[in-house]
Amino acid sequence: MLISVNWLKEYVALDISAEKLAEKLIMAGFEVEQITRIGSEWDNVVIGEITDIKRHPQAEKLSLTTVQAGEKTYSVVCGASNIKTGQKVPLALYGASLPTGIKIKTSKIRGEVSQGMLCSEKELGLGDDTSGIMILSPDLATGVPLADRISLADTMFDINITPNRPDCLSVIGLAREIAAILDLPFTAPEVTVGEEGDFIENITSVEICDPDLCPRYTARIIANITIAPSPLWMRRRLETSGIRSINNAVDVTNYVLLEWGQPLHAFDFDLLKGHRIIVKRSIDNEHFVTLDGTERVMSGDALMICDAERPVAIAGIMGGQNSEVIESTRRILLESAYFLPASIRQTSKANGLKTEASQRFEKGIDINSVIPALNRAASLMGRLCGGTIGAGLIDRYPKPLPTAHPIHCSVDRTRKIIGALLTGNQIKECLQRLHMHVEVDGADTLRVIPPSFRVDIYEPVDLIEEVARLTGYEHIPATYPRARVSTSVRDRIHTAPDLARDSMISRGFYEVINYSFINPEHLFSLNLPAQDPRLNTVRILNPLSEMQSILRTTLFPSLLLNLRDNLYHKNTTIKLFEISTVFFAQSREQLPRERKRIAGLLCGLRFGENWDLPRNEADFFDIKGCVETLMDRLQIPAYRFAHDAVEPFLNPQQCLSLIIDNQPIGVLGEVHPDVLEKFDIDRVAYVFDIDFDVLSSISSEQKVLFKPFPRHPAIYRDLALIVDETVAAGTVHHAILSFKNKLIEEVAVFDCFRGSSIETGKKSLAYRIKFQSQTRNLTDDEVNNIQDKLVSHLVKEVGAELRH
Amino acid sequence: MIKPGDLHHADYKSAVTDWAHNSKDWPMKEEIEKLKVKSELELTNLSTEADVYQFKSRYLGRNGSLTSLIKLLRDVDPQERASVGAALNTFKKELEEHIETALLHARFTAKNQRISESRVDVTLPGRKLPLGSRHPITTIAATVIEIFTSLGFEVVEGPEVELDFFNFEALNIPKDHPARDMHDTFYISENTLLRTHTSPVQIRTMKLTNPPVRILCPGKVYRCDSDISHTPMFHQVEGLMVDEDISFGDLKGILTIAVHKIFDEDTRLRFRPSYFPFTEPSAEVDIQCVMCRGKGCRVCSNTGWLEILGSGMVHPQVFRNVGYDPEKVTGFAFGLGIERIAMLKFGINDIRLFFENDFRFLSQF
Repeated sequence: MLISVNWLKEYVALDISAEKLAEKLIMAGFEVEQITRIGSEWDNVVIGEITDIKRHPQAEKLSLTTVQAGEKTYSVVCGASNIKTGQKVPLALYGASLPTGIKIKTSKIRGEVSQGMLCSEKELGLGDDTSGIMILSPDLATGVPLADRISLADTMFDINITPNRPDCLSVIGLAREIAAILDLPFTAPEVTVGEEGDFIENITSVEICDPDLCPRYTARIIANITIAPSPLWMRRRLETSGIRSINNAVDVTNYVLLEWGQPLHAFDFDLLKGHRIIVKRSIDNEHFVTLDGTERVMSGDALMICDAERPVAIAGIMGGQNSEVIESTRRILLESAYFLPASIRQTSKANGLKTEASQRFEKGIDINSVIPALNRAASLMGRLCGGTIGAGLIDRYPKPLPTAHPIHCSVDRTRKIIGALLTGNQIKECLQRLHMHVEVDGADTLRVIPPSFRVDIYEPVDLIEEVARLTGYEHIPATYPRARVSTSVRDRIHTAPDLARDSMISRGFYEVINYSFINPEHLFSLNLPAQDPRLNTVRILNPLSEMQSILRTTLFPSLLLNLRDNLYHKNTTIKLFEISTVFFAQSREQLPRERKRIAGLLCGLRFGENWDLPRNEADFFDIKGCVETLMDRLQIPAYRFAHDAVEPFLNPQQCLSLIIDNQPIGVLGEVHPDVLEKFDIDRVAYVFDIDFDVLSSISSEQKVLFKPFPRHPAIYRDLALIVDETVAAGTVHHAILSFKNKLIEEVAVFDCFRGSSIETGKKSLAYRIKFQSQTRNLTDDEVNNIQDKLVSHLVKEVGAELRH
Repeated sequence: MIKPGDLHHADYKSAVTDWAHNSKDWPMKEEIEKLKVKSELELTNLSTEADVYQFKSRYLGRNGSLTSLIKLLRDVDPQERASVGAALNTFKKELEEHIETALLHARFTAKNQRISESRVDVTLPGRKLPLGSRHPITTIAATVIEIFTSLGFEVVEGPEVELDFFNFEALNIPKDHPARDMHDTFYISENTLLRTHTSPVQIRTMKLTNPPVRILCPGKVYRCDSDISHTPMFHQVEGLMVDEDISFGDLKGILTIAVHKIFDEDTRLRFRPSYFPFTEPSAEVDIQCVMCRGKGCRVCSNTGWLEILGSGMVHPQVFRNVGYDPEKVTGFAFGLGIERIAMLKFGINDIRLFFENDFRFLSQF
């Protein structure tokens, strides 16, 4: 909220600088986000008095004036015709640089020296009046800066008023608060209304059909008004506070809104059918054109202000075009009311219509300000619009708000929660400064009644906060809790992500974090079959854009986009991984199923750029190796790969699923070229994606038990086997294990070789086999014997042939 | 005539034996002298360790020259046997010493040579395998988590898609409460949404456990807002401490320690009143601008202060909502934005960089 410091000063006698005031406000919970000094645009513009006017010798339409400004006298050439000697006028002198872009220099106009310029409102940037030089009030002293005399110079605060303090959304409310903070007297404004016109009840009536939504409605009639632009001082106040000036009548309602925090509305009384007001709920799907020219469709629970036939305003939010105050308006019905906050908020949200009025009503205004604000506005209209204020006012208050109930505040508890040694008297004094009614009620208790404008105070803790705030948080000493000792050992569930990160980082992968929401197009690009659970996406009702409209069920699309973007930046080797949550839609009543997953992507050189390392392109076995390393790092004991996964977005020749407990929990492989094409990627890329929740829970169950070293030496044998190309290394490996000799301790493939001496269509697989007994030393003969039997077994099982 | 010294060592034993048997007056001492001269000559030509071992076996091996002579000792005239024996012994000892010396020498030479031949251009880079890195958000979150776990806070996580009840209502933000405007919410359905803070995890935890509670809730949160200083997804760490007699002073104490650990011990803090529906009194915590040290700069909008934490005493209504008795327990809660801290610590000026995942960005951390 923009607020004028000069305006505040009308109600509280401030004796500190604007900066100091801002600091005090900040430390009392009112965040001053910006301090702006205004008025410097009119530097070097002073008030002058025209002492002489002569005809310009060379130009018929120009005159030569002599202008007195303080001690000095200036010769100024002027082209306007509305000037007379003795007038006070704005004189822009050398160096002035007006908001309209006009820069003043001493110059010669048709041979005559002009030492400055007499200005019109328009030239000064103060209004649209171009009819002539701006004529100032004759009682202003000359020679002083214009800005100081007609309230152009001011300091504006942009304050963030928290939603619990609607009472401070006005000049008077904030001035009252400042008085409490600084312990200064607050001058409550007095409003007097000069009533002259007809008795209001004879002219109009107000009926409230829905008092639950409108507990109070008050009105006055102002007649014989002349609609015209507002005087400069009012226009300036409104404009610097961020409100556009419309005309004198509308400006008055906005001015009082800013001053009192009470939203008002002015109807053209003669446009109200039946000359009366009915407050009632809208009819469902009722069409209504608001002041901004927008046609709106109302729902049945919106509260409308109606005349005898039709709605004329959306209550508390915006008036209608059909009863707008315009130039021809002669009589005004002025509304000042209290509407139910929740109702205003609902209607405002439903229509996407947030106004100065709605923002105050929805947070709760002071029901006791309804009438003073009405009177203030009526009296201003009388003064500025030349109107006659009708006698009396209408005050329909069918449903009085419950009066504030007393709150019993324990002094001891206040002290305990704040943690500072405050006396009962200090607490009482704090609360009284805030206009609370405080009575001592026993040794430890204060009986407190908050003022009607403090709609945020219900229970003792609300008072405790006020005491803490006025005491100043900086005066509450920092202490340390005397808490019970507790441990917080982080178990593997929480450390598993870090272990996984270590594993990936050590292999050159960078961690990425992508948004949880993606473009559905990108998910469709994976070519998933219709029944795939990953198509059970969760949709956001109000996404920022369609591109971010569904929650991820897989991390792949994001990683592929990361790849595409980084390739675009000329990176050649890209290794990245992400650990994030994915979401699967469930039935309507349930929250989505959330799973944490880890996914990685690899593209480019296996070892990166190095002068002496081979510049090999990474391939399938690199991504598989990454997954194996990851399993080792997380100490996942029993996992296997199966080549039965058919992921449509992976190359069917180079993909595997990862299986734990017979459940597939992840996949790895080369990204299918069809998919890459859709993502606009012309490189080869490998990916993996694993359910991380499964990994971390298995990982956390692992207990490491030390095994003593074997006491008997192992014997190693290398076995080169020639098999058909179609026989998988995994099958051979499995065949060796299926031989089930308990002296075979380890089997590892150490070479895979084709060509030269090997027949086409065949390959050579070399295994190193470790034989060991836990109880005795093995002999060569014994091992040879097993080996021979193993070879015959392999010949039978996989058609292997021993290579000599 | 064959003389023992002329013979190839392999035949030496038999030759000498024959001769000794045939000639009683075979001059043993002379043979020793000859062998000595021959050995000294050979010794000077030994260069490698292998040479030395070959030499050793030629003389001292099972069939070595000296071994063979020693074996002939029993055929020597008993009168001379003692003196011949002594001569052989001396020779053997000398030879062994020589061999030892030659061995040391050969090893020394070999090492020197290996070193002198091992010159490489040490200025060439090593065969470094490139390392990846953690995302800066992960790094900062880990720092914050470590600080609070060391103070006895336990990490708890919860769902990112939440019920309206846990995200708002239980936190004293009923439907149609103006404070909902403080959270631009992504809705999934009327009653489910992407959590706007990690506070619902606090509610879930309190509903399941009795006081005392000391938890830390890190995670992703969502608000529909996107510009240079807002992203629709960001990371928070929130904390909650509930026990008997926890005061606002304690909140100041704990958060001051934590902020000093996150930034540095000289960082000035400012606690100022604010409003959150779920805490009362509430406090916003500012630190003195880390860029300008409070003088005022672009980063702190010339205020000299940076807002980094929201906090407050848990509102009694929140306690009532989870079944705690606000007359018996008090507590404080706080929340901080990881991106905000990362931006300050790393000097990052655009929050969107965190989620663009550009290598030029990632590789700097």
